[in-house]
Amino acid sequence: MFKYLKQLTSLVAMVAVLFTFTTESMAAKKSKTLKNTQKKGFVRCGVSQGLPGFSNADAAGNWTGVDVDVCRAVAAAVLGDANKVKFTPLSAKERFTALTSGEIDILSRNTTWTLSRDADIGLTFVGVNFYDGQGFMVRKSSGITSTSQFKNGISACTNIGTTTELNMRDFFNSRGISYEPVAFEKADEVVAAYDAGRCDTYTTDKSGLAAQRTKMKNPDEHIVLPETISKEPLGPVVRQGDSVWEDIVRWSLNTMIEAEEYGITSSNADSMKTSDNPQIKRLVGAEGEMGAAFGLDNEWNLRIIKQVGNYGESYKRNIADTGILPDRGPNELWTKGGILYVPPSR
Amino acid sequence: MNFKLKDIGPQLMTVIAVVLVFGFFTYNAQVNMENRGIDFGYGFLSQESSFDVQFSLIEYDGSHSYFRAYLVGLLNTILVSVIGIFLATILGVLVGIARLSPNYLINKFAAFYVEFFRNIPLLLQIFFWYFAALRALPLPQDAEAMFGISFLTIKGLFVPAFIWENFNIFFYSIVAAIVAIIVIRTHAKKVQETQGKQIPVLLISIGLIFILPLLSFLIGGVRLSFEVPVLKQLATTSFIYEGGVSLPPELIALALSLSLYTATFIAECVRAGIQGVGKGQKEAAASIGLTQNQVLKLVVMPQALRIIIPPTTNQYLNLTKNSSLAAAIAYPDLVLVFAGTALMQTGKAIEIVSITMFTYLSLSISISLFMNWYNNKIAITEK
Repeated sequence: MFKYLKQLTSLVAMVAVLFTFTTESMAAKKSKTLKNTQKKGFVRCGVSQGLPGFSNADAAGNWTGVDVDVCRAVAAAVLGDANKVKFTPLSAKERFTALTSGEIDILSRNTTWTLSRDADIGLTFVGVNFYDGQGFMVRKSSGITSTSQFKNGISACTNIGTTTELNMRDFFNSRGISYEPVAFEKADEVVAAYDAGRCDTYTTDKSGLAAQRTKMKNPDEHIVLPETISKEPLGPVVRQGDSVWEDIVRWSLNTMIEAEEYGITSSNADSMKTSDNPQIKRLVGAEGEMGAAFGLDNEWNLRIIKQVGNYGESYKRNIADTGILPDRGPNELWTKGGILYVPPSR
Repeated sequence: MNFKLKDIGPQLMTVIAVVLVFGFFTYNAQVNMENRGIDFGYGFLSQESSFDVQFSLIEYDGSHSYFRAYLVGLLNTILVSVIGIFLATILGVLVGIARLSPNYLINKFAAFYVEFFRNIPLLLQIFFWYFAALRALPLPQDAEAMFGISFLTIKGLFVPAFIWENFNIFFYSIVAAIVAIIVIRTHAKKVQETQGKQIPVLLISIGLIFILPLLSFLIGGVRLSFEVPVLKQLATTSFIYEGGVSLPPELIALALSLSLYTATFIAECVRAGIQGVGKGQKEAAASIGLTQNQVLKLVVMPQALRIIIPPTTNQYLNLTKNSSLAAAIAYPDLVLVFAGTALMQTGKAIEIVSITMFTYLSLSISISLFMNWYNNKIAITEK
């Protein structure tokens, strides 16, 4: 009996080694970032230093905003709890380095998707959570109502390290207007300088203008001009080279948008499990194996909808109800005249 | 043999350790950049920058290259450093001497200034001057003219521009004056050494530097006129001055805060230098009949300078490096333009940060070399 003990132990050891090896390689196959996130127990998310409606912290340090909700959705999907997110406020200048160096795993910081960013610097854009465009803000008292009234010598306050700086040059150049760019590192400093009268106009994405306007001494003294001078599709970004993690973030965002399309909200999500529509059932984890490919369980999308809500809820809570941009404009579903259109979850 | 190994062993190990650490970091960076699909290279420097800069000493706009943007930033850094060093030195020397004044009020005021400004973080001072003090300035349309020709407004200081005719003749006249002064000085030194006679070099020099350029106006056909800034309306309530030279408020705030801050340290160096010269020296000088001015010029200052120069060099270096805080208030220095905007637009973090670090290093070493040369020049020459 004991004669074979030695062989038996070595066999057990071998099986154990093999087994560890296989589980290990499967986990590794899932995604390194996913594995690390689950080990740490929180999602590391890079956000802005304070942009109302997108990512903004209150006095108690609670982050809210549509950009914040993308990270919360990912946390709900991979960790089961939308609150398990560690937010890192980043300046426009720091954001990409923070992501590529591995300090954060998702950059959800009103970042414009452009070819050079996507292709050059080790980043991958996963989608668009806000369609924006650059605009100008001026003082009402200046009497300016259109950018066609801009004259030579105008000074424009803006942020460094953004597409804004480049669009501004294209805009003024194509119209042959000489201008003085005054570029700050932090948005708060831009607003302070413009508010003090240092600049005649303040230019950034229109959503940003609307949000920053609420921070000014007297918001009613300022207007945002109607012209939009650029396309600014803003969306979450991940590091290049982890396609599973990229898919998780992409489909977390898509789930929120598609849930709105099918009328699934945080309050009715559970009852939708018994819906007749198979598309709805897939979105709440009641049909198909929608999580397996990501290495997640089947209710990952249900958790997103229950804990964070659909895109419409997020927009209403963060942007419409706060008075920043009550009108959804292009950020309405394609079925309602907007351009929000995501591939189907199936 | 054994002795030799003991001698070079530690040095060798240090060198190997340093090489290994650098090698590890380089390798690590390479592997990680490759994994994330980031290219390494300095080719971007010749690409079109496509962003504009507020304030530039050389001709620049977005159609120029990133390298030119780098030069713009570098020159702006040098500009604010030179202005800062110049003002800080004058102010520092004045305050340093004032601290030794027997007059109670002057003495205490200087002491208060030093203690106040050197104990508040520089960044806060920059914010104060830019966001608090300059914000109180009037809008262009409300500005009172200074001497009828200059305007200090929230959008900057607007001063008249010089418009020269035959500027080269004026320039040559100044060069001629400087050459003449050098010749006279050498001659005066010789006369004093051989005959013991003194020639009033200073008076002659001042005369020359004024009279020669003046002659160029009278008979050389040089004309100077001023282009005074004129108020221009951009919109109902928005104005700007056109013509003349405009100094952005960012430059003014930065130069002001850098010099006010650094002057406190220079003042302390100057005070230490003067106090470091023995009392006996002054008394001995006075006893051989030198006048008060001669005592200061010939006995006290040459010795005090030896104490003052080395720590003051450090302050010059600090000021130059501190100028990188410009980024906080939108002054387009090297850090804001190159390590800020250019880095963001290209994503070449390692390349740009390394160039920027190397540039600051070169700037600091140049200042340091110059000051060392000056220090050696005034040091005691052992005979």
